[in-house]
Amino acid sequence: MSINWFKYSAPSSFYPLAGKVAPWFAFTAAILFVVGLYLSFFVAPTDYKQGEGYRIMFIHVPAAWMSMFIYIIMACWAAAGMIWRTRLSSMMASALAPTGAIFTFIALWTGALWGKPMWGTWWVWDARLTSELILLFLYIGFMALESAIDDPRRAARASGLLALVGVINVPIIYYSVQWWNTLHQGASIKMSESGGMETSMTEIMLWTLLIMTFACWFYTIAIALTRVRSIILERESNNVWVKEMLQGER
Amino acid sequence: MKWVSSNISISVAIKVGFMFAALKCVISRDLTLAMRHRSDVLTTVFFFIIVVSLFPLGVGPEAELLRSMAAGVVWVAALLASMLALTRLFSDDYNDGTLEQLLLVPQPLALLVFGKILAHWLISGVPLVLMSPLLGLQFGLGSDALIMLVLTLLLGTPVLSLIGAIGAALTLGLRGGGVLVSLLVLPLYIPVLIFGAGAVEASASGMGAQGHLSLMGAILILALLLAPLASAAALRISVE
Repeated sequence: MSINWFKYSAPSSFYPLAGKVAPWFAFTAAILFVVGLYLSFFVAPTDYKQGEGYRIMFIHVPAAWMSMFIYIIMACWAAAGMIWRTRLSSMMASALAPTGAIFTFIALWTGALWGKPMWGTWWVWDARLTSELILLFLYIGFMALESAIDDPRRAARASGLLALVGVINVPIIYYSVQWWNTLHQGASIKMSESGGMETSMTEIMLWTLLIMTFACWFYTIAIALTRVRSIILERESNNVWVKEMLQGER
Repeated sequence: MKWVSSNISISVAIKVGFMFAALKCVISRDLTLAMRHRSDVLTTVFFFIIVVSLFPLGVGPEAELLRSMAAGVVWVAALLASMLALTRLFSDDYNDGTLEQLLLVPQPLALLVFGKILAHWLISGVPLVLMSPLLGLQFGLGSDALIMLVLTLLLGTPVLSLIGAIGAALTLGLRGGGVLVSLLVLPLYIPVLIFGAGAVEASASGMGAQGHLSLMGAILILALLLAPLASAAALRISVE
């Protein structure tokens, strides 16, 4: 059995597909979130070193992972949009950006909340924190550029190029920040505290973390598909199929 | 067969000759224009000086504190000053239609863009490099650190112009382009800032700055390679 995947690169055929699939992803995400949150609050054991406070990790770590993954995926969509000039690719890129920014923000925020009881401070100029902050700036720049350009085609291509430039820079920024940090600071506060904890992580903690990560993945897919449907309607509103479909719904 | 190949090589040589002629033409044109509007160049330099001079007023005149901040302050000011000059890089050509003509020229656009960036660096980057020892002296830097400051700025300011050109090309003709360009470009400047200021600090504290300089050189080469191509692509998107 072969499916012609390229058929779905046309917004007109992707729109109904996304509409059909998105609720399932949302449903799965909801179940995973319920299970994951239950495990993280009631089942996972208290950490011997950090007490109950470590439980924020089950939100913090998946959010941090997602923030980075989403940027890479966004850049891949942008690259696909630049290479094949498919409208849908750039729509997917712009649908992913707000979710990525939100996850970056959640990672920073929960990191601050976690840092206060563990390290006694809200913010450290640690390499990981700094590069996460810069990632947030990159997301905001991407969205700002896109919203500043009125012509949607130009907006999509310009922000796509910016995403590609950004993704080349991400490793450079990450390593430069890391080296900067090791050169600068005497280690007044050590990040390895959390690293040390991860090695002592029990199996149930690991499973909880995995479930929460998958919950975030499915949430991202669901929300991106829903958002891309709105974007499709917005950008294709002059096309015949949109008018026909809307009339059919009426 | 021989005359065919020699014919090809001649035509290649002619093509390359045209390319360099075009490059030279773009550079000399931009430099001439800048010389006719000298105040633009001076504004950037004075902005640089003023920003650096504000820091002692803000944090207090303790010599020890100022010396430890000097590299970072001068570098951040250089970042801001070169960003301020970016908006001029393509906007005049865009407004009077020259840019469209540049896009139609048979020579590769990336090369012409490279010429424009080089001219822009000569106008806005080199004055900053020349001013920096004076500002470093004001902050009480030693002679080794001063030399290092000039050296890192010499390696770093071209990178600022190269990366900045991408942002300037992307925001061409947009409302609020100036503010937007800072949002796009400043995060990408961070590695240059880190290694530039780090090198000065390392040499001031007696450690070698060889590693920092090598990394800055690597970043410069990477930027030289990729930034003109990316800026050219961005210009095509913006002007289309």
